[in-house]
Amino acid sequence: MRHPVRLIALIVGALAFLFPFYYMLIGSLQAEPDTTPKGALPTGNLTLGNYADIDSRVDLGTALLNSGIFTGGVLLCTVVFGVLAGYALARLHFRGRTLVFNLMLLVQVVPFQLLTIPLYVLIVRTYGLGDTYLGMILPYAINSAAVFIFRQYFMQLPKELFEAAAIDGASELTILWRVALPLVRPALLTAVLLTFIGPWNEFLWPFLITKRADMQPLAVALANYMTNVAARAANPYGALLAGACVLAAPVVVLFIAFQKRFTATDIGSSVKG
Amino acid sequence: MRTLLGRHPIGLVFIAPYVVFLAAIFAYPLGIAVYMSFYDWFFAAPGAKVDRPFVGFDNYVAVFQDPAVLRSFLNIAIFLVINVPLTVGLSLVLATALNAAIPFRTFFRVSFYVPYVTASVAVVGVWLFLFNSDGLVNNVLGGLAPEPSWLVNSGLTMPLIAVYVTWKQLGFFILLYLAALQNVPKELYESAAVDGASRIRSFWTVTVPGVRPATTLVVLLATITGANLFTEPYLLTGGGGPDGASASPVLVMYQKGIEQGHAGVGAAIGMVLVIVVLVISLINRYLLERD
Repeated sequence: MRHPVRLIALIVGALAFLFPFYYMLIGSLQAEPDTTPKGALPTGNLTLGNYADIDSRVDLGTALLNSGIFTGGVLLCTVVFGVLAGYALARLHFRGRTLVFNLMLLVQVVPFQLLTIPLYVLIVRTYGLGDTYLGMILPYAINSAAVFIFRQYFMQLPKELFEAAAIDGASELTILWRVALPLVRPALLTAVLLTFIGPWNEFLWPFLITKRADMQPLAVALANYMTNVAARAANPYGALLAGACVLAAPVVVLFIAFQKRFTATDIGSSVKG
Repeated sequence: MRTLLGRHPIGLVFIAPYVVFLAAIFAYPLGIAVYMSFYDWFFAAPGAKVDRPFVGFDNYVAVFQDPAVLRSFLNIAIFLVINVPLTVGLSLVLATALNAAIPFRTFFRVSFYVPYVTASVAVVGVWLFLFNSDGLVNNVLGGLAPEPSWLVNSGLTMPLIAVYVTWKQLGFFILLYLAALQNVPKELYESAAVDGASRIRSFWTVTVPGVRPATTLVVLLATITGANLFTEPYLLTGGGGPDGASASPVLVMYQKGIEQGHAGVGAAIGMVLVIVVLVISLINRYLLERD
């Protein structure tokens, strides 16, 4: 090894990043909370009881289903409408294109959280969409960052391809569906994965608009458990960490399975602009 | 027709859903926020006719006189002072290390990104377990453990949240720097080496200036993250405790605007925050992009 310092820095970094996840798993399996350094090792005192415990307090099945519907709705809207918008911004010349493009950039600078109060007033009070999936999905429906990424991908395709298809008399929708989309399919997956993280992990918005426990996504249900119930449970951290593992697992598994798609070049093309 | 709608009128059809979305979810609510911030706006039963008088700048005056709001802005300043340099420094160093030919590269990449992709609610759970007064961290520190403990010590909660967010977001910023490093010409490193520059010296004279556009973006995004902070103070320090020492503006906005029902004041906090973020990002652009 020519540069041990570099490798040591990386190893220390990786440990600092992975240890809390390991500890989350260990903590979720401890029958009795053991916070001594020895407790961090998997030596006896292990049980799956915490998972049953959290399931009895937070209906994990319903909560996971709610998270899934919320995330699925956002993904569907982002892929359908986002691809159309990204294609139009990249390939089509129409009045107002520059305006929409600039708006898309501006939207990404204005923190979404700051619109929380007016959106709450609009969606919950005016439209009565509290405790509905539609109300949860609407503010996230089309991910502007994804529209931007789609646009960048379509920009990179060679012009001649589109000209040839247009000469053949294909409509823009046909060109998008048959020529452009198949070519950007791998990139599409990256955008879908990045979009998935948003609603699955989101807390503030679904927390505000779901008061009924059977409509809450898992992140919200778990946070409510953390603030209200945990203090009274026998092994509060065990059940909490078991819930945390269930919430974290789908994203971590998806991420590891598709980690090749999160590469510098893929994301880079979207940041370089 | 062509000159009126452009060469591809179909583009208007393709873009229409997104434009409707931007209008309904950003422009219109932004307008409502401005409107609400000038009225004594409070919640009432649906359909009830209530008087919500115009109060001019009263809500803004209330915002700037409210110690809780002022404290939350100070907290974000503390947050940024710790988070931004830590994020820029660590992500650039780790990205540079990852960019070299190293063994187990995929393993390192994955471990750095995992916190970023995981829900904050889940990760906060394990940080609570680690940093509570009987937690592993205090057990390991023994006599060196801070008193009062991390999450209830008004001097430590905000720095802890800043470190937490740095740790959580670092993977994303490493990714940005990795992309930026691909654009630094290899010849610059070679000529630096020919001139006898050490590795550390070429890092300062070639890498750091070479990734400057990415640094602008990293600082801007870190500022936006700070302005958006809510989940961490809400869950990690039990609602911005102790005594507001870790409250963020968005948390105060939620408490005033929704919990206490003063939506007009909440909207005013939101407007002030938007303006602060825009000003900071303009200053940041000016400082990092001049010359």
